[in-house]
Amino acid sequence: MVAEATAAASGIIRSSWVVVLLPVVSALLTLFFGKRTPGKGAVYGISAMGAAFVMSLLILWHFVQGGGTYASQVNWFSVGPFHVEAGQYIDGLAAVMLVVVTSVSLCVHVYSLGYMDGDSRFTWFYVVLSLFTAAMLNVVVAPNLIQLLVGWEIMGVCSYLLIGHWYEVKENSNAAIKAFITTRIGDVPFMFGVFALIFATGFTTSNIAQIGDLVKSHELSNGLVAAAALLLFGGAVGKSAQFPLHVWLPDAMAGPTPVSALIHAATMVAAGVYLVGRMYEVFINADPWVLQVIGIIGAITMLGSAFMALVQDDIKRVLAYSTLSQLAYMVAAMSLGPAGRNASFFHLFTHAFFKALLFLGAGSVIHAVHSNNMSDMGGLKNPMPVTFWTFLIGSAALAGIVPLAGFWSKDELLVSASHGHELLFVIMLATAVLTAFYTTRMVVMTFFGTYEGHAHPHESPPSMAGTLVFLAAATVVVGFLGSPQLHAPFFKWVFFEEPEAIHFEAWIALVGTLAALAGIGFAWTLYAPRKERDPLRALGPVWNLLEHRFYIDDFYMKRIVYPVRDRLSAAVYWFNQHVLDGIINGTAMATRGLGQVVNLFDRGVIDRAVNGVAGTAGATGGLLKYIQSGNVQRYMAFLFVGVMVLAVVFAKLV
Amino acid sequence: MIRLPFVLFFSALLFSAGVYGVLARRNAVMVLMAIELMLNAVNVNLVAFGSDRHDVGGQMFALFVIAVAAAEVGIGLAIVILLYRNRESINVDEVNLLKW
Repeated sequence: MVAEATAAASGIIRSSWVVVLLPVVSALLTLFFGKRTPGKGAVYGISAMGAAFVMSLLILWHFVQGGGTYASQVNWFSVGPFHVEAGQYIDGLAAVMLVVVTSVSLCVHVYSLGYMDGDSRFTWFYVVLSLFTAAMLNVVVAPNLIQLLVGWEIMGVCSYLLIGHWYEVKENSNAAIKAFITTRIGDVPFMFGVFALIFATGFTTSNIAQIGDLVKSHELSNGLVAAAALLLFGGAVGKSAQFPLHVWLPDAMAGPTPVSALIHAATMVAAGVYLVGRMYEVFINADPWVLQVIGIIGAITMLGSAFMALVQDDIKRVLAYSTLSQLAYMVAAMSLGPAGRNASFFHLFTHAFFKALLFLGAGSVIHAVHSNNMSDMGGLKNPMPVTFWTFLIGSAALAGIVPLAGFWSKDELLVSASHGHELLFVIMLATAVLTAFYTTRMVVMTFFGTYEGHAHPHESPPSMAGTLVFLAAATVVVGFLGSPQLHAPFFKWVFFEEPEAIHFEAWIALVGTLAALAGIGFAWTLYAPRKERDPLRALGPVWNLLEHRFYIDDFYMKRIVYPVRDRLSAAVYWFNQHVLDGIINGTAMATRGLGQVVNLFDRGVIDRAVNGVAGTAGATGGLLKYIQSGNVQRYMAFLFVGVMVLAVVFAKLV
Repeated sequence: MIRLPFVLFFSALLFSAGVYGVLARRNAVMVLMAIELMLNAVNVNLVAFGSDRHDVGGQMFALFVIAVAAAEVGIGLAIVILLYRNRESINVDEVNLLKW
């Protein structure tokens, strides 16, 4: 049995590209036949994702069995001597990511059956959902930067479409535009980073592994590598929503909740972290200050967004800021070297499951009470037991409670920071306290106390509740994959250059758990006795500061968006109207003038010559026509005269 | 034996009379008759030269010309009759439709 599965796995790894293609096919099928299919086409996406999930598991099985990296590619296009390949690069990391993406995407596809039921653009929603997944899978398997860039950009478009799915409401379309433009601001440096790396290799390759080898052997210029690393990180900052480009993610909550789960658990935001880890040779061999910048950005985002999560009333926004904070853990850990990178990926792996669970649980709550605000909820644990228990598991994992997924990954992160990065270690610990605090606050406000809203809460349909149970089970299980007590199989699949020994330090596990318990206990004492006013409002100006998101969004609006919209675009408009149009109109006028000269020449000279010839011929003909009088006798007379003349001439009578 | 130049002179007179008739007469029948005069002037020449050179070819040619002239007169008179039927006139000056 095991041998058969192994054989299947090593066969299937050759066709990993099928995993990417499946959602593309399902997107096309849904697009063209979805509305005519019973169930409005959801069946295509769900079955494709199911197949992709099974294939991903088999691919991962290849690595469980100790299989090696597999890479294959075909020539895609060539620009002179520069060849770009399309293909697949499957190592343990890619295999793990395939499983994460396909499983979460499958859950979201199934969950949307219930959540999006009756939506006017149900079929379209599934089309974009599948396309989004395909783009992320393409990023995961991409062996070169150009192919990665393609998936990267498709994701940008799909996120725009999904966040703005309910575009009838102005805020939703604004949020979609904000997400698109903000990530785009990150994409521009990313593209420059890609070009810088390709340029650094002298236009010989865009292959990630080859670039990694070149960087490692220090064959590329140091300055260029550092610049490229920083530019690539710019792309990651945009996609993974790190400070200062974090502003789009909380607003992206305007999208339907399954979309939030997909974007914030498995795809979009994971892509940034994945990129940094995938290109890690470039980062670790660049000047050390590059990693320091990454660490600082991560630390700022981690702490700042955890603070902002404290004061949110919208349950999805709590989760959004929590996502920012957790991603910042991963980004910050990327600055800690190979051990940090691997811990970061483990956190990405576990976070994908419990954050998807939390988002879908929140969606289930919203579905039941028709409100996003926690002040309209409360006491939901009785009417919604499945949602409550699964949400509780997800929350405990997020807070880092033994033995759930979040505990193990957070422990790894703390261990990797504990050696020589004391400041980061303390910030991580502080963030862990805050995380536990806002998570508990969220759970208490939603599920405990008495119901404050006006709807009639009920448990969600099986498609939604079943998904929650599945993800809750995953949340319980996946953490053990990285448990040092169980020899941490995860780190045998995902490693940088060499698998590293995983250390378990009891004091760190203890400190981490204490931090989580402190946060939970503090939040419980504050929020368990339900109050009209949020107890944290007592903080006064600090509350205001947090509620206004440190005034960062306002600052962007005032200092960047409005000036750009009102002044820069006015200036560009003026430039366009007066300079560009002037040049174009001038050219047009000059051409017209020249045309008039040519016209005169044509009429005055050429036409006159032609008409003159014709007129002369006509006039001559008009004169000569009288000879043809129709009188035969006159013709005879001419003939006679002619004959006489000829006779005289030829007879030489003269 | 009448000498050749006399005959040729006679023939020239005859031809001239014919030419005059063709060019000056208004009556189509008269024009046809003038054409006959010209043809006969040619016949006289042919016979005269044949006799002068002891060549029978001249007489043969004259016979051919007479035959063709008979056919020509037949067609010519038919045209004149049709002309008269259509125009109630055989004045050739009035037959001038084929012009600019």
